[in-house]
Amino acid sequence: MEVGRLPISATQKGKLISAGYTSLSSLSSLSPSLLSRDLSITETEALVIIKHASRGGSPSRSPAINGAQTAWEMLHEEELFTRITTSSADLDNILGGGISCKEVTEIGGIPGIGKTQIGIQLAVNVQIPVDCRGLGGKAIYIDTEGSFMVERVLQIAKACAEEMSANYDFSRNGLPSGQVLMQPQDFLENIICYRVCSYTEQIALVNSLDKIICAHREVKIVIIDSITFHFRQDFDDMALRTRLLSGMALKLMKLAKKFSLAVVLLNQAANKYTEGSLQLSLALGDSWSHACTNRIILYWNGNERYAYIDKSPSLRSRSAPYAVTSSGIRNLVSDSKRMKMM
Amino acid sequence: MELLDVGLKEVSSAIDHISKMASPPPQTGLSLMEQHIHHEQLGGHLPTRLKGLDEALCGGIPFGVLTELVGPAGIGKTQFCLKLSVLASLPSSFGGLDGQVVYIDVEFKFSSKRLIEIGAKSFPQVFSMKGMAQEMAGRILVLRPHSLSEFTESLQQIKVSLLTQQVKLLVIDSMAALASGESEQGVPTQNSLGWHISFLKSVAEFSRVPIVVTNQVRSQSSDETCLYTFQGGRSKDTNDASRYDSHLVAALGIHWAHSVTIRLILESKSGSRFIKVAKSPMSPPLVFPFHISSSGISLLDDHGVELVGPDISRIHNQGHSEIINFCR
Repeated sequence: MEVGRLPISATQKGKLISAGYTSLSSLSSLSPSLLSRDLSITETEALVIIKHASRGGSPSRSPAINGAQTAWEMLHEEELFTRITTSSADLDNILGGGISCKEVTEIGGIPGIGKTQIGIQLAVNVQIPVDCRGLGGKAIYIDTEGSFMVERVLQIAKACAEEMSANYDFSRNGLPSGQVLMQPQDFLENIICYRVCSYTEQIALVNSLDKIICAHREVKIVIIDSITFHFRQDFDDMALRTRLLSGMALKLMKLAKKFSLAVVLLNQAANKYTEGSLQLSLALGDSWSHACTNRIILYWNGNERYAYIDKSPSLRSRSAPYAVTSSGIRNLVSDSKRMKMM
Repeated sequence: MELLDVGLKEVSSAIDHISKMASPPPQTGLSLMEQHIHHEQLGGHLPTRLKGLDEALCGGIPFGVLTELVGPAGIGKTQFCLKLSVLASLPSSFGGLDGQVVYIDVEFKFSSKRLIEIGAKSFPQVFSMKGMAQEMAGRILVLRPHSLSEFTESLQQIKVSLLTQQVKLLVIDSMAALASGESEQGVPTQNSLGWHISFLKSVAEFSRVPIVVTNQVRSQSSDETCLYTFQGGRSKDTNDASRYDSHLVAALGIHWAHSVTIRLILESKSGSRFIKVAKSPMSPPLVFPFHISSSGISLLDDHGVELVGPDISRIHNQGHSEIINFCR
């Protein structure tokens, strides 16, 4: 029944049906006073019901053409997508230039592989000004594990600021050379951190992100480190967990599309049994693996750190090495050039 | 909508309102830095007095996060904890935190005699003063929970004193023993600790108190080392004999490994002991040789060797001289 899809309370629906109004067309030409008399509700309530009915039923039932985009239009849009560099040219290469805005990317790996490092590096790199081929935006860092250490952010920010000044073509813009473009403190100021201590807080925060980003339009990246932590313990009802997670994933995807920002989710590794043997995979189960647009797995290959594109609609599955240095994420330097300390 | 018998608009605005109330407050990185580095005691870190380690950890054991000490039996984890307890209870004029320490001693390894010895040898000027030894030792509260549920109760009680900043350091020695007490098989499982891990971390975060946890090791045969699906199978030309070698890994599983912020591995290799910074968001993977002396732990070399690759997370136990055995 079409009336059943109106966004009104159940008692009102019940009253409508028992009074004989089963389809929306029967409501469309009615006056509020008549309806209120029929259903014994107030006139304002009747007005609201008629408004909803005249809007064409539930808001989600939009006609096929409205709201759709042609693939050609999307291609043009995609070319304008800006990407956030990871500061490692090899990694940027396999990512097609960097982490893309408007998409949800999941990065996962075992402890100590560098997930938080990549998160912090991206939070700093998104702030690179447009003059230096960056986005000049702010970052929201949602920390669920307490691994956001300010000292480390300061280190990475300092290194980024120095590199920016070194590479900037001062003469082109008529500025004296050697000037520092951004202070490390400025980088810190543009990272908004939230410390989440339970899964309810996590869900509440993701719900409020829409309003928060409306108020801070310069935010260009949302990093959640890590999305798994609070969902991996104490959940007796697995079905509930799956529902909550998929709800969260949907909201994040909408956020990415609506505000054209990058959403980066850091995930943990877990052991799982496949084909009779124990294998490593990312946590949160198989249903979660469908939730993200892109998936990158970080792993050890011998003595080097590698990133592997596990899932992506537009990128090939490739691996690239990267290194975690005191200045952040950088390209891996080959063995012969590496200095041994001893 | 059906449950509350209200319209969609009311439900959405209720959800928005609840979410706003339940969300944590925002903070900029800058304000975090001001709070932690500029306003906290000792810059937000408890110095261990091991110069190389302190440099690597940007000042010492950081406040507000879990630091784990893992290693085989007899390597010196409890010694390290005792030293840290002394350091935290020292008055600020001597570089300590001037506060109480809660020491949760699950395996009955706490030795007050050894504690006083460490204090007296490391800070003779403090401990020789009359009554100071009693004062220092009086600041260290030792709890001996028999089970995980007792531990939980004690945690709730400690929470208040942690939040009011009377207790400046929490040491749990050892976490693995607590967890294994509960499960039937005697193997510490990660699920039983889930709630405790979250609780510890949130208490640490809000009270900005360092929490040091020790962990045991267990054996794992090479067959069990895991790879991702895309990495394919193990190469066939590895020597068959090495497949049956067992090596040591930290107990409590991969979830615990993700939960701790800093992991310090103590191991013994070719007759010497090493302390490795295996997991730390702000340090390179350094290895320092150390030894145990009457004044606690000291580094033999303040310049650590940087280890490349996953070897930093491996634990070796190849025998060391002088097994530590202090009588209670």
